[in-house]
Amino acid sequence: MPLLDRNGAKTDDWTLSPDGAADAPRVLVAFDHVQNALAGNGRGRRIGVAIANTIKAEALAPFLTDLDLVSIAFPSYGDGRGFSIAKQLRHLGFKGTLRASGPLIADQFAYALACGFDEVELPEAQAARQPVDQWVRAAASISKTYQRGFGAQNILDARRAARLAGK
Amino acid sequence: MYRYDEFDARFVRERVAQFRDQVARRLDGALNEDEFKPLRLKNGVYLQLHAYMLRIAIPYGTLSSRQLRQLALIGEKYDRGYGHFTTRTNMQFNWPRLRDVPAILDLLADVEMHCIQTSGNCIRNVTADHFAGVAADEIEDPRPTAELIRQWSSLHPEFDYLPRKFKIAVTGSAQDRAVIKAHDIGLRILRNAKGEIGYEVMVGGGLGRTPMIAKTIRSFLPKDELLAYLESVLRVYNLEGRRDNKYKARVKILVHEIGAETFSRLVEEEYARLDGPSIVADPEEVARIAAYFASPHYEKLPARSAAFEKGKAKNRAFATWAAVNLFAHKIPGYAAATISLKAIGEAPGDVTCAQMRVLADLAQQYSFDELRITHAQNVVLPHVEQDDLLAIWQTLVEAGLATANAGLITDIIACPGLDYCSLATARSIPIAQALAHRFADQKRQLDIGELNVKISGCINACGHHHVGHIGILGLEKSGKESYQITLGGDATLNAAIGENLGPGLAAQDVPDAIERIVDVYLAHRQNGESFIESVRRLGLEPFKAVIQEKLHAPA
Repeated sequence: MPLLDRNGAKTDDWTLSPDGAADAPRVLVAFDHVQNALAGNGRGRRIGVAIANTIKAEALAPFLTDLDLVSIAFPSYGDGRGFSIAKQLRHLGFKGTLRASGPLIADQFAYALACGFDEVELPEAQAARQPVDQWVRAAASISKTYQRGFGAQNILDARRAARLAGK
Repeated sequence: MYRYDEFDARFVRERVAQFRDQVARRLDGALNEDEFKPLRLKNGVYLQLHAYMLRIAIPYGTLSSRQLRQLALIGEKYDRGYGHFTTRTNMQFNWPRLRDVPAILDLLADVEMHCIQTSGNCIRNVTADHFAGVAADEIEDPRPTAELIRQWSSLHPEFDYLPRKFKIAVTGSAQDRAVIKAHDIGLRILRNAKGEIGYEVMVGGGLGRTPMIAKTIRSFLPKDELLAYLESVLRVYNLEGRRDNKYKARVKILVHEIGAETFSRLVEEEYARLDGPSIVADPEEVARIAAYFASPHYEKLPARSAAFEKGKAKNRAFATWAAVNLFAHKIPGYAAATISLKAIGEAPGDVTCAQMRVLADLAQQYSFDELRITHAQNVVLPHVEQDDLLAIWQTLVEAGLATANAGLITDIIACPGLDYCSLATARSIPIAQALAHRFADQKRQLDIGELNVKISGCINACGHHHVGHIGILGLEKSGKESYQITLGGDATLNAAIGENLGPGLAAQDVPDAIERIVDVYLAHRQNGESFIESVRRLGLEPFKAVIQEKLHAPA
């Protein structure tokens, strides 16, 4: 399925293999198999996990240092749980790639990036209707928002910088 | 009043451009209707029964004269010459065309206004006590807190796709005039034993089909921790709130199902994981916002205005208006004046563009350029000299705005109902009009005293009927409008949900039924007790009996 990040379209070099059996350099496994996949990972494979948005971030905590990618499902664009899970995984110290997977819309791209996602994986039909350039443009439509801790650009820190510069 | 700085101004302009782009992408098919719907809702654009409706945010109900004049301009240019104030202190225009909406948003941005998050499953317009900065019992003006939350909640990356809408209200007084216990989050500013300012945090109130009174989950939250704590509450709700059933998706259902203690524990656990200082606003930022709400430069006036007293002595109608519609101001010689938008026979909360201009002029001349919109769908001139009240009243009389009924039985809250709303199951406005006509007699209204009648045209309860002393809920029963009467609701810190008096009544029977209820009160009241006090003492039974009589009376 089409994949994009803040720079535009991207090639997906992960192999989906729910039980982890696939012989590939980067294997995306189901949550139930993540422990086994990591434990039996003598072959130097990189392991990622694809989770439903009902899985608690804490349940992944023991594995986060060994995982290279977490893909969080968005069953619909209106279901925003994934944003909070991403935020919590970053709080827990996850440094790997965070992927949002599902029928998001371009107008949510900035939110996804701000919550800690790196990339979005879209169903074919969605990607066909909403070309990559719309996503890149939508991500830049609001230059600064008001929340601290959601990406570098925020108005509160900008005001603080202006205050300090004025002193 | 708060004024936009360069960042606020740019943010709102970019938001308008974003909406233009969204409309263009809807038109070229990149966005389908399902995808476009939440985007237009988050810019206040509803599809109603007959047309689009645009809901404009009036944060914590505070408006300048310039802003109100701009609303008048928009109403004339793009609507039918009038607007409607809602129970969320917003303004609705009922007849704009979709293609005009970006232009209207530009006009709003010109006066530092917007429609951001006036609908949709996100944090809605923050409301506050309409007597903020006026009331003598105020611990702190709630508006700086409300403004901080307005900014923080605008386009919040994590909380724009919540399970359901989310409403926050703030009060800074001992008395609650903002119905905080009927909100998803109610914040009450208070002082702890050490004299420090903080918030009592209440969660899980709400009206709608499952009315609930909010529960306190933190009895004292230090003021500077607010945004980090709110982030925790919203995160718990975003993750744990139900998404399987729209009618069970509000935070009140979550709090009810898992219990306030468990909810509070989840919030505190999440809060403990956060790095608070990296989230909250600097004290300098909080102070920057608060400075905009500093008291205006009041004159030093005698507590008693000779001109005001003389005016009252000479003019009985003015004296009545003054007795009913004025609120005591903390500064000697001043008053806050409620301007009723409940003239007998008019739709509650409706205001013509000509009236908007009269109100804007009055505010500019007499009230430091400031107006308040109340959740009861009225307007307040918050700081007027008592010396000027007669002149103000005379202007109001000419504009049809001098109705002396603030807080009385004809000061009815009503949603737009089936005359406008696509969700409604019955009409609200004609019921309000019929009741107002029935109780139009000024002397009788005064004799009845304080009595809140609140009417909703469907179970979603936009008209707050659950917390009306008398609540009226319009439903549809086998193709006919049917009105359920509830009694004993209370919107203050003694918040209570009204109880149903029995089966629904036909529209034409409602005024008789309400009259009988009022008659029971008048016959049984003791020692000057108010309607709601009598209801609490007497219980429901004597009132139920008269509804039964009405139901079974021969037509």
